[in-house]
Amino acid sequence: MFEATPQALRRRRQERIATSVLAAMTFATVVPLFAILGYLLVKAWPSLSISFLIEPPRDLQTHGGIWPALVGTIYLVTVSLAAAAPVGVLAAVWLNEYARDNWFTRTVNLAVINLAGVPSIVHALFGLGAFVLAAGLGQSVLAASLTLAVMTLPVIIASTREALAAVPWAFREACWNVGATRWQTIRAVVLPNAISGVLTGVILQVSRAAGESAPILFTGAVMYKAVEKGDLLPYGLNESVMALATHLYNLVTQINGAPESLQFATATVLVGVVLLVNSTAIVLRVVLRTRRKW
Amino acid sequence: MTTGASGAPAAPGRARFRRPPLSVWTERLIETVVIASGVSAVVFVAVILFFVVREAAPVFVSEHFSLREFLFSIEWYPTSLVKVRYGVAAMIVGTLAVTTLAMALAVPFGIGAAIYLSEFCGPRLRETLKIVIELLAAIPSVVWGFLGLTVVNRLLILLFGASVGLNVLNAGLLLALMSVPIVVSIGEDALKAVPDAHREAALAMGATRWQVVYRVLLPAARHGLLAAALLGVGRAVGETMAVLMATGHAVQIPGGLLDPVRTLTANIAAEMGEVSQGSEHYQVLFAIGVLLFAITFLVNLTADLVVRGVRGK
Repeated sequence: MFEATPQALRRRRQERIATSVLAAMTFATVVPLFAILGYLLVKAWPSLSISFLIEPPRDLQTHGGIWPALVGTIYLVTVSLAAAAPVGVLAAVWLNEYARDNWFTRTVNLAVINLAGVPSIVHALFGLGAFVLAAGLGQSVLAASLTLAVMTLPVIIASTREALAAVPWAFREACWNVGATRWQTIRAVVLPNAISGVLTGVILQVSRAAGESAPILFTGAVMYKAVEKGDLLPYGLNESVMALATHLYNLVTQINGAPESLQFATATVLVGVVLLVNSTAIVLRVVLRTRRKW
Repeated sequence: MTTGASGAPAAPGRARFRRPPLSVWTERLIETVVIASGVSAVVFVAVILFFVVREAAPVFVSEHFSLREFLFSIEWYPTSLVKVRYGVAAMIVGTLAVTTLAMALAVPFGIGAAIYLSEFCGPRLRETLKIVIELLAAIPSVVWGFLGLTVVNRLLILLFGASVGLNVLNAGLLLALMSVPIVVSIGEDALKAVPDAHREAALAMGATRWQVVYRVLLPAARHGLLAAALLGVGRAVGETMAVLMATGHAVQIPGGLLDPVRTLTANIAAEMGEVSQGSEHYQVLFAIGVLLFAITFLVNLTADLVVRGVRGK
C-alpha cells in the first residue's frame, strides 16, 4: 500500500549517511584522548614508580625523580587559588546578584570574556612587568602565582555564576521576606545552594593553574632547585621554584641526555594530575546534580 | 534594594523595625568588597594592557623602529650589530598559517560533533562524550607540544617524508585538537538555544532529522556557530607552548604545509629568556605582546557582538 517513493528512499539514504558521518566526526575528536593517554602510559612505564615521584633529579636532571617540580606546582596552585578564589566568587556574586542590566555590567562581562581570551604569553609579559619588576617581587612563587591567579579568574567566575543563576529566584524572595538583607540572603541561601558550582569552578581553576607553563616561565619557574627527597616545605614565597609543566619543557628542549622514558613519565604525571583534578570536578557535579532538591 | 538603616516611616500599628548599626555597616562593607571584586575583571584587563604597553613604550620612539617595518617587514634581526631589523610580518603569517590550518580541521569536526551531540545521540552517550571532550580540553599545552615534538614529528617524517617533522602541519594538527573542544561546547550551546518548536514544526512536516539540521537548525544557529569558530580562532592564535615546540622555529614565510614557521607567541616565549631587561629587543617583544593583545581582543569582541546580535533580535 505504502510504496516508498524514490524521493523518500533518497531522504532515508541521506539521513543514514549524515548520521554516520557526524558520528565519525565526533569519535574522531574523542579518540585522540584515549590514544594519547595510552601512548603516554606505555612509553612512561619503565620510569614510573613511587620513587620517581618523591626523589629529586640527579646527574644534571638526566636521572632521578620530579619531587621539586611536584612540590613547586602544589605551591603555585595553592597560592594562586588563595588569591583567585575569593575575588572570583565575589565577582560572580556581584554579576549575578547585584549587577543590573546596563552598560557597566556589559563592560564587566566583556572584560571577563577578554580576560579569558588574552594569550597566556601576554599574561606572562604582564606578570613580568607588573609583579616581578614594578611590584619588586622578583622571580618568585608569589609573582608566578599572582600571574596564574589573574589568568584563571574567569574560570572561577564563569562556573560560580552559572551555579548562582541556577538557584531559583523564589528562594531569595522568601529570604528577603523574612527580613534578611541581601548579603545575609546570599550567605545563608544562595551560596549554600550553589556550592557545587562554586567548587567545580575552584577545582577547574586548580587544574588550569597546574598545567600552565608559559605564564610562569619568566615570573618564577626555574630550571633547577636543589630539594631534599620528600621535603614538603622546600620553598619560601619569595623564592623561585621548579614546576611540573616547565620541568617537562626543560627536560624536552633544554636538557641533553635525559632518557625518553623520563620525559614521558614527567608528561604522564602532569597529565595524570590535571585529569585527576578535572575528574573530581566532574564527579562532584554529577553527584550534586542528582541530589539537587528543586 | 537594600534595607535602609534610616528606614521608611513605620507602618501604622506596627513597631518600627531598625537594624542595629553594626549590621548595617557590615552589610555596606561587604557590598563594597563585592562590587570591588566585580569591577576587578575590568581593572585586570586595563592593567594588563597598561603594563605590557609600558614596557614596550620606549621602543616606539626608537630610531631603529618603525610601525610600518614592524608590521610589514619579514626581516627579524633583533640582535644584529650592523643591521637591526624588527619586522614581524613572517611571524604574523606563521600565526595565520597555523591558525587557518587548525580551524580548517577544528571547525568542521567541531560543529559536526556538536550537531551529533545535540541532535543525534542519546542522553547517556552525550554525557559520556561531553566528559571526554572536557578532559581533552584539560590536557596542558606543554604536553601537546611534547607530543608534537615526539609523536607527530615522527609520524610526519614517516608519512610525508618531511626532512623535519616540526612544521605548519604539525602545529596545525595540535592546535586543531586543542581548539576542537571549545568549538564543540559553544557550538552545542548554540544548537541547544534553537527553540524546540522549530524542530517540532519541521518534523511534523515530514522532514528527516538531517533535513531538520541543515534546513532549520544550521540557519537558525548560524550566529552562535560563527561565535564558536571565532572563539576557536582566539584560542589558536594565543596558544604558546605547543606551537613553540612544534613549529620548527624558522622565521620565514611558509611555502607549504611542511615548512617550519615561527608564530608571534612562540617568538616571545623563545627570546624573552635571553634578552637583557630594558634593551630594545626586550621592548620589541613587549610590542609583539601588545599586538597579540589587540588581535585576541578584536576576535573576542567580534564573537561577543555576534552572540549579542542574536540575543538582540
